[in-house]
Amino acid sequence: MSPGRVAVIGVGRSRPAFRRPESGFAELVHEAVTACLEDAGVSIAEVGNIVTCSNDFMDGRTISSMAVGDAAGAAAGEGKNISTVEGDGTLAAYYGMSRILSGGYASTLVVAHAKHSEGDYRLITNAWFDPIYERALGLDWMSAAALQARLVMDGRRLCVGDLDRVVERNRRHGAGNPEATLRAGVSPEELSGSPMMAPPLRAADISPLADGAAALLLGSEEFAGGRAKRPVWVAGAAFSADPRMTDRDLSGAPALRRAAESARRMAGLEKLPGEVDFVELDESFSYQQPLWLAELGLETLDDERINPSGGSACGRSEGVAGLDRIIAAARRLRGDAPVPLKNARLALAHGSGGPCAQSHCVWLLGN
Amino acid sequence: MAKRTAIVGVGQTEHAGNRYDVTGVELISEAVRRALADAELTREDIDGVVIGNMDHFEGINAVELWSIDGNGGIDKPTLKLTTGGTTGSTLAIAGTHLTASGLFEKLLVIGWEKNSESDTTGAITTAFDPIWDRMVFAGAVAGLAVEASAYMSRFGVTEKDAARAAVRDRRHAVDNPHAHLREAVTVEQVLRSPYISDPIKLLDMCPRTDGACAVIFANEDAAEKIAPRPAWIHAATNRHLHSYLGDLEWYPLRSLELAAQEAYRKLGVREPLKEFDLMELYTPYSFANLSWLEALGLAAPGEGARLVWDGVTDMGGKLPINPSGGVLATNPIGATGLIRAGECALQVMGRAGKRQVPGARRALSTGFGGCLWSDLLVYGNDKPG
Repeated sequence: MSPGRVAVIGVGRSRPAFRRPESGFAELVHEAVTACLEDAGVSIAEVGNIVTCSNDFMDGRTISSMAVGDAAGAAAGEGKNISTVEGDGTLAAYYGMSRILSGGYASTLVVAHAKHSEGDYRLITNAWFDPIYERALGLDWMSAAALQARLVMDGRRLCVGDLDRVVERNRRHGAGNPEATLRAGVSPEELSGSPMMAPPLRAADISPLADGAAALLLGSEEFAGGRAKRPVWVAGAAFSADPRMTDRDLSGAPALRRAAESARRMAGLEKLPGEVDFVELDESFSYQQPLWLAELGLETLDDERINPSGGSACGRSEGVAGLDRIIAAARRLRGDAPVPLKNARLALAHGSGGPCAQSHCVWLLGN
Repeated sequence: MAKRTAIVGVGQTEHAGNRYDVTGVELISEAVRRALADAELTREDIDGVVIGNMDHFEGINAVELWSIDGNGGIDKPTLKLTTGGTTGSTLAIAGTHLTASGLFEKLLVIGWEKNSESDTTGAITTAFDPIWDRMVFAGAVAGLAVEASAYMSRFGVTEKDAARAAVRDRRHAVDNPHAHLREAVTVEQVLRSPYISDPIKLLDMCPRTDGACAVIFANEDAAEKIAPRPAWIHAATNRHLHSYLGDLEWYPLRSLELAAQEAYRKLGVREPLKEFDLMELYTPYSFANLSWLEALGLAAPGEGARLVWDGVTDMGGKLPINPSGGVLATNPIGATGLIRAGECALQVMGRAGKRQVPGARRALSTGFGGCLWSDLLVYGNDKPG
């Protein structure tokens, strides 16, 4: 197949804020979709089909996809074909891309949302675990990651200072990004005084949960040709999943390595180092950055080329997180990012999900 | 489509009201192993896994990762899709696009539900907007009762008409070894069964079932090597026009009408009653077997019952509907739409056993779900042009 045929034509995001009490989650979706279509200069009438990204636990509703159809434009005109992925938004975007490459549609609107302020994420992610054998142990998003953090820190000989550097870098980069929710650097005092949440994870190590929605418009080469002023091309994309966290060595992330390998092959690249100019990684916790970079073989990237947007550390919304990374990468490739980066031609954007990031999706994007 | 694609293998579990002998993961594994055996493939041959159910029935978040020991997805691309009642048909549409795109050659698609572990009505009630809709529409049955009442009042259709459709599906199920309920009933028995939500009675309504279905999709690079007669996908369309029940028009089922018109337009179908050999419809209650025929263009408004009374939709009729017994016989919700796809595939492959429609060449399946979401697929034993 020829992977160069799909482009990111438009990107849009809801107004960044940790809490959006004035808007329901469908309204956040509408906000992101409106911004995305405006960015693309495309009307909803021209959109070929829609893929939404919902999670019933996050929304506290069964069939939560049903609640955002209207807001995403599913009823426009004679109605549009629509589907829903549950998981990270990068996976929804992947399915959206396949619906173009299948010849089914010329374009796909992809939108994800999360309203963390309305739920208890520890309770929501406790439901990731087996109801009989695991839930009563108190495993959740944070406590499970704490186990992995220990193994990664021991295995890779990382100390708290190494994690401090990750947090400091992400927060410094995010301070200059108007689409980041947390736009403030972090001081050494703040890091040293950060309260312990689930040892060894301190509050500062945890990407803060934010309300938000993000949308992408993907289009075929033909669709992009007539419309997109600055298309960003998908060079490769792939995803993979690991065994359950209780059944694997948590000091590595083979699913990320496999996803990156498949995306690299699709892009027709010999290797990633030297080709990838910058990365936008989805990190729920600071310890994940050195692990992700190692699995990608990109440990030697310069400081300014690792999460130049600030990454998930400056506000993370489940499902939205990976789309946010694609959006940040696309903006930079288009030259829209406020702080310029020289030679930004090929980006790696990443999404992750599940306990200790059991699932990974990698996108290679070029201008 | 970039690559033509087909269904090459189908596996179903033993469906029952309570499969207390297995966990959810084991139930999934049962369908997966049967589908792989059916296609004579192993897990290693599969390029990726797509799975779906409805989260709140089993209360498992990120089910694709929780069930990875049974779903075959370890070390592979593993994806979850969920759209409510349509989940199974949504999965079939995903199998179509993901393989037609060339991104995957052979894909394992799984729908499942272990309804015995859930409060089905309790879970479905939370589908509706907490402010505007939830106090009015509890669960799935209440909304369908409104639809049935509106249809009856508009066209003078009777409960007896609906009962005849229930008799058909329940009779067909007798010949399907996979069906959950395999007992033929009479019109009188349906009419005498207790009301659940007026005008819907117990025998008008689908059961809740524990079960899973796995279907293997392969694109044209592999399909004919795996199955001598693959079930080629000719069209996949859908509509979901409403987020609030209060916004609905209850007749016609506009989402199905538009999805069908789009598919017919693509395929040049002018007279669907003549141009299909069978249909497997996601009709969760008897009245849908009347009015939704009209949305599919099989009958004029208010005329659906006549087709059913005349035996047109019975086995042996001009257009058999639900040779498997349909949703009235078997309803593991997240699998239900995918079972329709699997049944259509078996029919056009000529492998449907006692429920085979002789000489079936072209089939249509639908999915139905939350706030009148409709999915539709068309299958043929001929490779699309």
